[in-house]
Amino acid sequence: MTEQSRPTAGAYLRVGAVLVILTVLEVGVFYVPAFRAVLVPVLLVLSAAKFTLVVMFYMHLKADSKFLTFLFGAPLLLAVGLMVALLFFFLGTLTLRGAAGAG
Amino acid sequence: MTHAAPLATHHTSMGLDSRKMAFWAFIGSECLLFGSLISTYLVYKGKSVVGPYPHDILNIPLTSGSTFDLLMSSLMMVLALAAVERGDMKWEKIWLFSTALLGLVFLGAQVMEFTEFVHKGLTISTNLFGCTFFVLTGTHGAHVAVGVLWLLTLWVRALQGKLGPANVTAVEITGLYWHFVDVVWIVIFTVVYLIQ
Repeated sequence: MTEQSRPTAGAYLRVGAVLVILTVLEVGVFYVPAFRAVLVPVLLVLSAAKFTLVVMFYMHLKADSKFLTFLFGAPLLLAVGLMVALLFFFLGTLTLRGAAGAG
Repeated sequence: MTHAAPLATHHTSMGLDSRKMAFWAFIGSECLLFGSLISTYLVYKGKSVVGPYPHDILNIPLTSGSTFDLLMSSLMMVLALAAVERGDMKWEKIWLFSTALLGLVFLGAQVMEFTEFVHKGLTISTNLFGCTFFVLTGTHGAHVAVGVLWLLTLWVRALQGKLGPANVTAVEITGLYWHFVDVVWIVIFTVVYLIQ
């Protein structure tokens, strides 16, 4: 498992420019009332894109061993799973209480 | 009595550098720490019975600036790594110091934000929002502070002329930590500040 070639300084600068554009889009979307209905999914997609770019290019996971991707990806998936499970558990409990109260 | 020769490299049986592998495992554990803190923030979101509430107090222009600052510091960090790899002593010092400086700017903005919140009546014990917000962003800020100290240590070594291509893994591991702090902020900025 050897490392592939690293990105060049030019590639780092291009990724930096994309990250800045995505951040400007995030803040822009936040302030534009027309996006209010789709604000959460749009922001989550933009945030995930920024996260992926930093991890793949600046942390070199794209070029490094797949085992390192596993070392990072497995706990990350566990953390996301934990987050989703807790949200479902607590929000689900509230919804059921609300439904029982209404019924 | 024979003495084993010191190992020049730290490769595992998988051909990976053991320090890098251990550090990625550490970053994995940090994912779980921040995952728990973000989950706690989300679970208690909107359940504060007294104000101030997030929409009353969060300063989006300031934190947008902080986000830009941290993204640029990540760019400086990879440029520092590239300079160390090619043995460019001048630019490794410049990029390492710039990265640390941008980290300090981020911390300064966070101190300003926290001070403003306290003046507006939001402390860690005011309500559920204050408690979960300060614990999450404070833990992240503490990580940034550790990163700044680590970067300054490397910068001092670079000033002493002790940071060359032989130390690439040390700089890369510092970079991994710094970029992780950046990606955590990317999530916090979206989840806490933009999705209110």
